[in-house]
Amino acid sequence: MTLPAYVTQVQSAHPGVEASEFRGQTRLKVAPDRLFELLSALRNDHGFDMLADVTCVDYLTYRGATDRFGLVYVLVGTQTNERCIVRTYLNEPDLTVQSAVPLWKGADWLEREVWDMFGIRFRGHPDLRRILLPEEFTAHPLRKDYPLQGRGERHNFPVLTRSNS
Amino acid sequence: MALELPENVVVSQLDQLASWCRKNSLWPMPFATACCGIELMATGASRHDLARFGAEVMRFSPRQCDLMIVAGRVVMKMLPVLQRIWEQMHEPKWCISMGACASTGGVFDTYCVVQGIDRFIPVDMYVPGCPPRPEQLIQAIIDLQDQIQRGGTIRGAEFETAQRQRTKRALIELPIIGQPQPWQSFATGPRPARSTP
Repeated sequence: MTLPAYVTQVQSAHPGVEASEFRGQTRLKVAPDRLFELLSALRNDHGFDMLADVTCVDYLTYRGATDRFGLVYVLVGTQTNERCIVRTYLNEPDLTVQSAVPLWKGADWLEREVWDMFGIRFRGHPDLRRILLPEEFTAHPLRKDYPLQGRGERHNFPVLTRSNS
Repeated sequence: MALELPENVVVSQLDQLASWCRKNSLWPMPFATACCGIELMATGASRHDLARFGAEVMRFSPRQCDLMIVAGRVVMKMLPVLQRIWEQMHEPKWCISMGACASTGGVFDTYCVVQGIDRFIPVDMYVPGCPPRPEQLIQAIIDLQDQIQRGGTIRGAEFETAQRQRTKRALIELPIIGQPQPWQSFATGPRPARSTP
């Protein structure tokens, strides 16, 4: 299967975008500072009017990986029924990308979840708070260096005994 | 000289009478957060019929209840709710930890699931199982009724004895909220060296 036609248009307009294909999926790889303009071009010029998912992968112990975090945006064109997966790679200490909330309102909670679980900051996000975990949680637990066992935040609560309750 | 008692008169202690009343009219507070709650509902339904033991009056208001049945896993966001409900229940009160998740965290050894509610509230009876059969929960309630009958006093003094206040293991060295913990520096510190494939 060859890449769809819009990929060459995107690549000529945005140099530095790498395109690949895997089992019928179109994947675009872009530098983090060029992410927002690529997403806005895909939305405004190529009909990707729906954001299906924003997620993140921690490649800390992944064999052969060179970057720490992979940020994944899955776009859907509801008219063409096409899907496009846009990926960018981030490294510490600069874990910041431009937020996609101005393009898709649905990115709001998805980016909050990525911030909650991985600690990726989204510049320009209207309300970047934790969405699933309680506010007093200090770590980002889906990172691969978060300890799997031990006491953790889950035990930072007052103890009620028979005498004081 | 022995006192002559008329027919159908039994002499007892007032404590025992109060305990007898309490054990046969337990009002459960169903704190059902997961699949154990389904078994808890089945226990209260007509096939298993918890009303035979006087404990069928499930009330969702903690101020009316005296038996909390924690059925299911409790996560970090739910534990303050659980503690608040426990504090709102009035004495005398008892707690049944139903199922593996409420007792130990079960298979959910993750960053947000509390590893046993007995770390944070007192528990009188543990029910093993994943989820337990309704018969097991009924047996736990019968055992709790025995415990109430044997240890109960009218003033609730049994709740103040040292035997009831034994601190659970692992509670003594619990960390204090607000202080930096070892895993925090670990999570935000420098990246560990990658092992070459």
